[in-house]
Amino acid sequence: MMQRNSTNRSDMLVMGLGLLTVAVLTLGIFMAFVYAPSDLAQGNAQRIFYVHVPMAWLAYLAMAVVFVGSVGYMWKRSARMDRLARSSAELGFLFTTLVLITGSLWGRPIWNAWWQWEARLTTTLILWFIFIGYFMVRAYAGDRERGARYAAVLGIIGAIDVPIIHQSVTWWRTLHPEPIVLDTGGPNLPDSMLATLLVCLAGFTLLYAYLMVQKTRIETVRDALAERELTALFAPESETLDRRPVAPVSRNVSGAAED
Amino acid sequence: MRRVWALVWKDLLVEFRGREFLGAMVVFALITIVTLNFAFDLSRGDREASGAGGLWIAFLFAGMLGLGRSLAVERDRGTLEGLTLCPVDAGTIFLGKFISNVLFIVIVQAVSLPVFYGLYNLPSLEPMVLLMAVIGAIGLAGLGTLFSALAASSRAREILMPLLLFPLAIPLVIGTVRATTLIFQGDGAEAWPWFNLLAAFDVIFVTLSYIVFDLVLEE
Repeated sequence: MMQRNSTNRSDMLVMGLGLLTVAVLTLGIFMAFVYAPSDLAQGNAQRIFYVHVPMAWLAYLAMAVVFVGSVGYMWKRSARMDRLARSSAELGFLFTTLVLITGSLWGRPIWNAWWQWEARLTTTLILWFIFIGYFMVRAYAGDRERGARYAAVLGIIGAIDVPIIHQSVTWWRTLHPEPIVLDTGGPNLPDSMLATLLVCLAGFTLLYAYLMVQKTRIETVRDALAERELTALFAPESETLDRRPVAPVSRNVSGAAED
Repeated sequence: MRRVWALVWKDLLVEFRGREFLGAMVVFALITIVTLNFAFDLSRGDREASGAGGLWIAFLFAGMLGLGRSLAVERDRGTLEGLTLCPVDAGTIFLGKFISNVLFIVIVQAVSLPVFYGLYNLPSLEPMVLLMAVIGAIGLAGLGTLFSALAASSRAREILMPLLLFPLAIPLVIGTVRATTLIFQGDGAEAWPWFNLLAAFDVIFVTLSYIVFDLVLEE
């Protein structure tokens, strides 16, 4: 009975987080479209920044979380750390894809080109490839435990490589005789724009947190399911195991994890 | 350290007796250099600007080809179990493999650079270029050895190797190509920041690979 209660409470918390996310994001979208003034030079195209900048921040935050999860997995070999890393990697891939798309949409009218070989853009593109490598290593490893170890290797190496890639691309650009196109002054942003950006940053970060909670829960259930399939496979005589529905087990697991 | 050298010696001996991939790596590097000449059809000025790129693409491809095999071969022959049963830790096995891979890449470079000099008429035998070649070989072998071990026990190992190595080796590619280009254009002094960046890259990734290799070999 205690178990049920605590599960309910954590469900309520997650739902609260979800509602808060919706509220802040709604406010953010309203501010981005209505409250914030349109930019003198760029017009309405500038408004995509209220989505683009949070996406970029989350892409790198997600990679940092992958790094933490990977190091944690190497240290403790705990399945939880691996779940943290792989959940964050999937979200990171999503946000990296979105930052590349929103950036290109903005670049087309402003630069008259979808793409510039600039340090931040190039680093983000490479980050995207690193995320793909992360999934492929896991998928091709054969078994789950090996996949977790290999993915942790890539999570660590990849995350440490990102700042070095950025550094090398920066030098490559500056040592090249080409003008630097991207010059969006952060500090001289008007207050209303800054406020909008901050609300959007907060909203999307909440969204990341909410999705992370849900994603790690799904992964926990998935792990429990795989575990049970294995047990059923190696102990066919305990057939009763198969017949129990999955959902109660998953609730126990997630409840126990949060106790 | 003696154990590391024993492993290196073993790899060199196996290669010397079997001649499995060193020959192929060298020929592959040469054929890449020749093919790139047709792909780009470079004039004198273009050669100074892009020749280094061709040279390092050749090293990267040849290195990838050879490194990809270095642990896969051990696994196929069943000698990887023997290696992991040796009374040495994973880091030592990494160092042994890493050093022999550096040597293989350096041998490929030792053949390719004079040929490149002859074919492209660029100063590819300058001491600074040679130093850059060795620094590049170390970084390439460091990451390559680690990913070779990852790929060896995975499905689709041939495709996994470049998918992992290429994005993560970007600083290496940029650094070596820019520095070598500067040297070819006669601005060798401006290449030093790249030497520092690449040296840092080598130290960081060889150390990291040494640390995480344990995660790869543990079966």
